[in-house]
Amino acid sequence: MAEQKKTLVVTRFDPDRDQTPTTREYEIPVEADWKVLDALNYIKAQVDPTLSHRWSCRMAVCGSCGMNVNGEPKLTCKQPLSAYGERVEVAPLANFPVIRDLVVEMDGFMERLKQVKPWIIEAKEEAKREGTNRQSHAELMDFKQFSMCINCMLCYAACPVVANEPDYLGPAALALGHRYNQDTRDHGGVERNQILRDDGGVFSCSYANECSEVCPKGVDPAGAIQQAKLNNVLDWAKRFVVPRRKPRAPTAAAQSDEPGRG
Amino acid sequence: MGYSFEACRDAVRAGDAGMDVQRHDIVIVGGGCAGLRAAIAVLHQNPAASVALVSKVYPMRSHTVSAEGGAAAVARDDDSIEMHGYDTVKGSDFLGDQDVIQYFVEQAPAELAQLERWGCPFSRNEDGSVATRAFGGMTTKRTWYATDKIGFHMLHALFQTSMQYENIVRLDEHFVTKLLVDGGRCGGVVALDLRSGEMKAVLGRAVILCTGGAGKIWPFTTNGNIKTGDGMALAYREGAPLKDMEFVQYHPTGLPGTGILITEATRGEGGYLLNTEGERFLLTRDYGVGAKAELGPRDMISRAIMLEVRAGRGISVPGKIGEYAHLDLRHLGEEIIDGRLPFVRELARSYAGVDPVREPIPVRPVLHYMMGGVDVDIEGRTCIEGLYAAGETACVSLNGANRLGSNSLTECLVFGARAGVHAVGFAREGGAGDAAEPQLLEQCSAEAARIEALRGSKRGDETLAGLREALNLTMEEGTGVYREQSAMARTVSAVAELRKRYQNLHLLDSSRVFNTELTEALELGNLIEVAETVAVAAKARKESRGAHACEDFPTRDDQNFLHHSLVHRTPEGPPRFDTKAVTLGTWEPEERKY
Ligand SMILES: Cc1cc2nc3c(=O)[nH]c(=O)nc-3n(C[C@H](O)[C@H](O)[C@H](O)COP(=O)(O)OP(=O)(O)OC[C@H]3O[C@@H](n4cnc5c(N)ncnc54)[C@H](O)[C@@H]3O)c2cc1C
Repeated sequence: MAEQKKTLVVTRFDPDRDQTPTTREYEIPVEADWKVLDALNYIKAQVDPTLSHRWSCRMAVCGSCGMNVNGEPKLTCKQPLSAYGERVEVAPLANFPVIRDLVVEMDGFMERLKQVKPWIIEAKEEAKREGTNRQSHAELMDFKQFSMCINCMLCYAACPVVANEPDYLGPAALALGHRYNQDTRDHGGVERNQILRDDGGVFSCSYANECSEVCPKGVDPAGAIQQAKLNNVLDWAKRFVVPRRKPRAPTAAAQSDEPGRG
Repeated sequence: MGYSFEACRDAVRAGDAGMDVQRHDIVIVGGGCAGLRAAIAVLHQNPAASVALVSKVYPMRSHTVSAEGGAAAVARDDDSIEMHGYDTVKGSDFLGDQDVIQYFVEQAPAELAQLERWGCPFSRNEDGSVATRAFGGMTTKRTWYATDKIGFHMLHALFQTSMQYENIVRLDEHFVTKLLVDGGRCGGVVALDLRSGEMKAVLGRAVILCTGGAGKIWPFTTNGNIKTGDGMALAYREGAPLKDMEFVQYHPTGLPGTGILITEATRGEGGYLLNTEGERFLLTRDYGVGAKAELGPRDMISRAIMLEVRAGRGISVPGKIGEYAHLDLRHLGEEIIDGRLPFVRELARSYAGVDPVREPIPVRPVLHYMMGGVDVDIEGRTCIEGLYAAGETACVSLNGANRLGSNSLTECLVFGARAGVHAVGFAREGGAGDAAEPQLLEQCSAEAARIEALRGSKRGDETLAGLREALNLTMEEGTGVYREQSAMARTVSAVAELRKRYQNLHLLDSSRVFNTELTEALELGNLIEVAETVAVAAKARKESRGAHACEDFPTRDDQNFLHHSLVHRTPEGPPRFDTKAVTLGTWEPEERKY
């Protein structure tokens, strides 16, 4: 194989010494089947060990290595280098504060995940203490797709609402909340829907669909958000037409007899 | 390595120096399957406990995420606890401890059921019960699965479940550099906060190491970049021996170049292994797997592929090192492949340019899993009071000389939970930490000074990449699928040499913020430390058992080697080797043939 070269134009920023980010160019030999991450790892090992980037599994499932490549959010361990020409620009994911070089700060993202209560909320009376639940294949399929999110955050980098609305929960978190609402084992829909339809929830979504387009795992957060909107509209409407069977369940924390909840 | 704390004696005490000091009941290092399970177990046992969960990556990045095939526990009417026990003992080549195995198979169903109730999206049978699939060395279908992404779903279900416990205090992206041990008791850890570059003292009444395996010792591995044996090295440096380190599992089916795993579930679902003549060699030739053929245990199938290659029946792949076998799934058809093995299809297409619906996938044995680890008892206790270990980093002796696929995720659950519960009890009785706090904090400031001195240090002319490559090469030579005494001897001395060369690292990055050159240097130190124990233990085992296939001694020798290996660190000289009895019981050692 003839040796091929490419120039990686990489964003560099070290808060210890830089006021603003700069770029550095690295001309390196590349191999035909390399992913973008292979090029970065080559630079780190052979050219410039001061480059900081996150990666681990290199098989598109740990979600660590999302970056903006030529302006688009990509999972760099999956994105072939051959998709680009001689010059390839690698920058940190957009819409996140930068810690250093290609490493972004994800506190806000982690907080949003937690906000949607991404765990099974059991109906207290019938909480199962042993054995397994039954769930049909069709019921599984109602949420399976939305459980495939690897938290790579590409959708946040692509979303126009995330860019403008600081309190927006964002595609991955909303899809995750919807995933639990759709799961037959869960009984937290009422609680969770309140969060999903609150400020910064599903109704902030402008349905730009960018999130679903960049998702490397086919999760379709935009679809989840649309479904969740519909469920919430129905839920809300039902309050006026159907008398409620029971008073609204208190929050888990208030009612909990179980350790550590809430 | 070989840190001299003397040199740092006059450093000011941590607290005085303004080091952040946190106090918890339990400190868990690692946010993978074992660590998260342990954390939740602690809080179910004692809701008021405070748990620090320290992890060098965000928990959902832990390498548990990559597990594909499934997790084992008896579920069907045609199965029994006893059969799972026997399969595991036989798979271990009779080196598993039978009390541990018995406890494991008994607890496994309840642990997986618990995970189901926590929302793990297991695949289902027609009637809505959890589906199980066949796996290597297992008599019947007992591997619970979620298509071919069990690790991803288990990890996310555990992590998301853990988010509801306010008492789990996460220290994400904190790299533990040292255990705080004084007078034989462990009272916490020191961690480097990657974002700020600051060192923190995280004190606890007990510490549980759940830091995963060490696959990055070898060049061709299914393991991610973070699997650098940190916990093993941390415990080893403080005097805990590592057990059965010679037993490393080569998975038969890794992709060319990258080593990315193609799961055993492909064979569980009916895939074939073929040589260059298109022959199903596991059926047509005697490799000890009998009628199990592709569903034989991993050690035997990996050897079979190597022997096929040696016999000239391997397949070469343009531009890739080594020779391969073909994993053929075509006869399963697109529907089964997409329905049960969609990730396999995605991986083969993305990383090998092969669509398994249309072509066979080239594969070869790839370093996958460490049977060995920190020596612990059935409660997860190490020999250091207050220090526990669970998951891949520990060796509780469930897996012996060869792990059966899909037992290890369940192991993380069963023994993660048990270590958590025991640690809480220990902490309630006072634990290990409080008394020695001044001494521990002194250690912290010495450790901070050591890290400070390492960051960006230019001690000699050795590069990280150069040393890593040298380590990878010698470990592949000495501790591959087949091993030879002479090659192992060379590896033992080569690794000892690398230990010296490590002192001459030339580092360039002096920034405090997210300095991954510094963490890579620390990881390399850990890799070398652990690799040495692997080489030493391998050289000492002059027989062939399970995954340890020694060409000079091709048979199992129960007379002389039915024992565990222990490797102890010595301050200056080479590691000290020792042995420990295997716990037998129900099943007497017999010839291992399938
Ligand atoms: C590709 C692949 C497929 C597999 N498939 C299966 C399967 O189908 N079934 C099965 O049973 N097993 C499977 N295994 C094995 C199984 O996945 C692992 O043994 C298991 O997940 C290990 O979990 P763990 O919790 O021990 O460690 P890990 O999940 O590796 O987690 C280790 C944790 O420790 C932390 N850590 C490490 N060092 C430090 C440090 N210095 N400071 C702070 N934190 C640290 C990490 O951040 C991480 O959170 C597979 C393994 C691989 C590689």
